Amino acid sequence: MARTVWNSTVGKKTVMAVSGLIMLLYLVAHMLGNLKIYFGAPEFNEYAHWLRTMGEPLLHYEWALWVVRVVLVVAVVAHAVSAYQLSRRDIKARPSKYVHKKARASYATRTMRWGGIILALFIVWHILDLTTGHVHSGGFEEGKPYQNVVDTFSTWYGNVIYIVAVLAVGLHIRHGFWSAAQTLGVGSRTRDRALKALANVLALLLTIGFLAVPVGVMTGVVS
Amino acid sequence: MKLTLRVWRQKNAGADGAMSTYEVDGISPDMSFLEMLDTLNEELTLEGEDPVAFDHDCREGICGACSLVINGDAHGPERTTTCQLHMRSFKDGDTIDVEPWRAAAFPVVKDLVVDRTAFDRIIQAGGYVSVPTGSAPEAHATPVPKPDADLAFEHAECIGCGACVAACPNGAAMLFTSAKINHLNVLPQGAPERETRVLDMVAQMDDEGFGGCTLAGECATVCPKGIPLTSITGMNKEWLRATAKGAGR
Repeated sequence: MARTVWNSTVGKKTVMAVSGLIMLLYLVAHMLGNLKIYFGAPEFNEYAHWLRTMGEPLLHYEWALWVVRVVLVVAVVAHAVSAYQLSRRDIKARPSKYVHKKARASYATRTMRWGGIILALFIVWHILDLTTGHVHSGGFEEGKPYQNVVDTFSTWYGNVIYIVAVLAVGLHIRHGFWSAAQTLGVGSRTRDRALKALANVLALLLTIGFLAVPVGVMTGVVS
Repeated sequence: MKLTLRVWRQKNAGADGAMSTYEVDGISPDMSFLEMLDTLNEELTLEGEDPVAFDHDCREGICGACSLVINGDAHGPERTTTCQLHMRSFKDGDTIDVEPWRAAAFPVVKDLVVDRTAFDRIIQAGGYVSVPTGSAPEAHATPVPKPDADLAFEHAECIGCGACVAACPNGAAMLFTSAKINHLNVLPQGAPERETRVLDMVAQMDDEGFGGCTLAGECATVCPKGIPLTSITGMNKEWLRATAKGAGR
């Protein structure tokens, strides 16, 4: 069965839909957690520390965090590999372009591929910036996420990279969530408007929620 | 009406093609697009030139033979087949671009004619119902719920013209294949082959070199028969169901 799924365009889209939904669930949790920054440094840092101790005493220190990380890496890789293979196939299936060109499909739909590449690059930068601290501006201090976040959003490039990525996430989810519903066969004519609305609401809430952090730092509410 | 036509001319499958410009005069707004092309071809023939090759058959909008991408739209600006498109949809003095369907699985044979036998092979893979032949069964022997009959009929309207493939940015045949699968899978007559049908037809569709679906929705927008985009959703659902049942070939 795994072979049937991976060898089929429909099956590979299923892989994309499921991995996409896993990442979407994570993004919702991540966005809500980020907003704790508005409650001040002690609470935000405590929350960040809890991410490492969650699941204790049943689990060991950081085990739950690593389970989440592994699931996410698997989801990202599955999503990216499927997207790459499907895109190659799609481009090959339409080798000659029309002479008379027309603007086709919505902006969100047309930017899925480039948006995905932007997001993949962003994830790398984001981890190097705020998890490992390799590309962090100023002194990165482990266990002081509040200050680290403030440092990142005190630089113009930190803000630009982050805001572009968040807008890309919003557009990606707008088309992606609705598409996932179609791929998984849960869409229908009667449900179509509701699904589109839900996709838009999710995209908008995530965009606003994620943007709230750099905006907070830029306006001085978070400092 | 006086029109300028820019038409894709290609000698044969192996040759390079290019857009050629022609002027046509005396076009009536009541002519169909194909009749307008007939007028052009008569002139070309009289001038000793090779007439423009294009596919057509019933000219009633029910056979699916005619094609043409007109000004970037499959079957032109109206939601109908090219044979049912009338010149009143254009203005006097317009320049109209006419191109063949573009997809790797639909190679150009000559000018505006493409080879659509990939569709036939998808049908051969499962787009049928196996029934013992003989005298016709009693019509009421197999009850079909009205909503199912309506759904089947809506999808049965697909004439296999290939506009969905031509419009798709990925050259995908998802809408065509899904129409055929949904048409038969919802009916009791199609039930015995429900799983193998969807798996085999999707596999054949992939083998033909069609692209995948990115839900751009262009196919459903151009479909002259109004097959909805949710048809693809229905096919995905059937495919997942059959795969979960382990009904592969």
